[in-house]
Amino acid sequence: MRIVIDNVEKRFGDAKKKEVTALKNINFSIEEQEFVVLVGPSGCGKSTLLNIVGGLLSPSQGEVYFEGKQDKDPTLGIVFQEIALLPWRTVYQNVIYGLEERGASKKECQEIGQHYIDMVGLTGFEKAYPKQLSGGMKQRAGIARALAVEPDLLLMDEPFSALDAQTRTIMQEELLTIWNRTKLSTLYVTHNIQEAVYLADRVIVLSRHPGEIKEIIKIDLPRMGRDQEKYRQQFERYSDQIWNLIRHDAQAAIKEA
Amino acid sequence: MEPTTKKVIKNRVAFLEKQIPGYVSVAGIVGLLVLWELVCRLNIVPPLFLPAPSAIIMDGWQLISSGELFKNFMASLYRILGGYAIGAVFGILVGLMLGFSKRADAIFTPIVYAIYPIPKIALLPLIILWFGIGEMPKVAIIALGVFFPVLINTFSGVKSVDPILIKAAVTFGSNHVNVIRKVILPGALPTIFAGLKLAAGTALLLLVSAEMIAAQYGIGAMVLHYGNLMITTKLMAGVLILSLLGLLFNRGLQWLERILIPWK
Repeated sequence: MRIVIDNVEKRFGDAKKKEVTALKNINFSIEEQEFVVLVGPSGCGKSTLLNIVGGLLSPSQGEVYFEGKQDKDPTLGIVFQEIALLPWRTVYQNVIYGLEERGASKKECQEIGQHYIDMVGLTGFEKAYPKQLSGGMKQRAGIARALAVEPDLLLMDEPFSALDAQTRTIMQEELLTIWNRTKLSTLYVTHNIQEAVYLADRVIVLSRHPGEIKEIIKIDLPRMGRDQEKYRQQFERYSDQIWNLIRHDAQAAIKEA
Repeated sequence: MEPTTKKVIKNRVAFLEKQIPGYVSVAGIVGLLVLWELVCRLNIVPPLFLPAPSAIIMDGWQLISSGELFKNFMASLYRILGGYAIGAVFGILVGLMLGFSKRADAIFTPIVYAIYPIPKIALLPLIILWFGIGEMPKVAIIALGVFFPVLINTFSGVKSVDPILIKAAVTFGSNHVNVIRKVILPGALPTIFAGLKLAAGTALLLLVSAEMIAAQYGIGAMVLHYGNLMITTKLMAGVLILSLLGLLFNRGLQWLERILIPWK
């Protein structure tokens, strides 16, 4: 299945009844098994766009749809920036939440849940409450929960931005390994350019005021091991290219806040 | 050569971690009892106004062995547990409803806030008219007194649930009923418990007032009875039981809270 974001626009009414256009003319698609990263300065509406794709916000104009031969309703898995694990559920209970709501049997939940808990490296923490886990471990559970529903589209909204830099690096590597095993179509939002180049098949660069697509950059590097020495130059070139696109807007964003 | 000086850096915030042994709290209560006994023994206050702890225990024992205390205690216990359970269940249900449905909120919340400030005991004569003078009016007045604080706390608990959790649940396939059951109810539980504890005090107050106004048995009736007879020892024994009942209630709720909210 392929996901089409068709001419999406989003306007917000602000306090003074003035309309602010957050997103405009957003057109792109996510192919099957493609990893698309949205990158942009703060306030460019990238999280808004992800929320629209995830069905948590309605666009003012345009639409988002799945295109394919299957007749069933597409499933979405979202990994939230705020992680959003239910504090009253253990890791295992959180991970199987989507399966449970879909009416999966106890045995199915057990099997699939355990599979993804093992995959994200949470084995042994099944009975822990989120409060007892570190930030990195919590987000692993958040990822497992999203993977467990075996979604047609995986959405990730700055999933690692609350983590420290070292944990973040490790989590990026692990995400890549996991992604390589599941090959889910993914839309990933970040403000971190290195992260974008490290993970993406295509990077979509957004501008601010209004949020528009500035450029779509295809990353022509092998999926795994982009941090190796031999790719360093190309990696840097992509990073610089994206940074030059964003720099001006990012500076403006600082002055505004 | 100058002599070397050695300056040890001490923890200047040690007072924050100071450990107080458990017997200090016990000593506080024991000390108060001893002081009380002394005041009575030395006849500083006449025993009619303030009986000595030893005298209260002696006469209290008499109440226990004659079975009088038990009979009154059980009558009170049934009323308060019954009234409390009814009020709490309805308070939580209506609170969830008002918190979740914007329409119900708009219709009922003003009504709730209009009735809430009425001291519920003022409604007792009316409730007696409705239900007669049996157990019903006492249970009803307690239920009413419990209903409102529980409802209002449940309502604000529902409102304080993080919307991102609701979004997450909906994303992973929850319908409205499951959102309430699996997200909003547990999310509101801590606040609901605050309301339940608040209501426990109200329930006790209403129990005693109602029993003093219209009841044959019950701790409240017993306290009033011995007050009229000026037998202050037995009066105080009743008061002691009420304090015990309150304590028991609170402990019970704390225990329930620990079981129902293990993630805190």
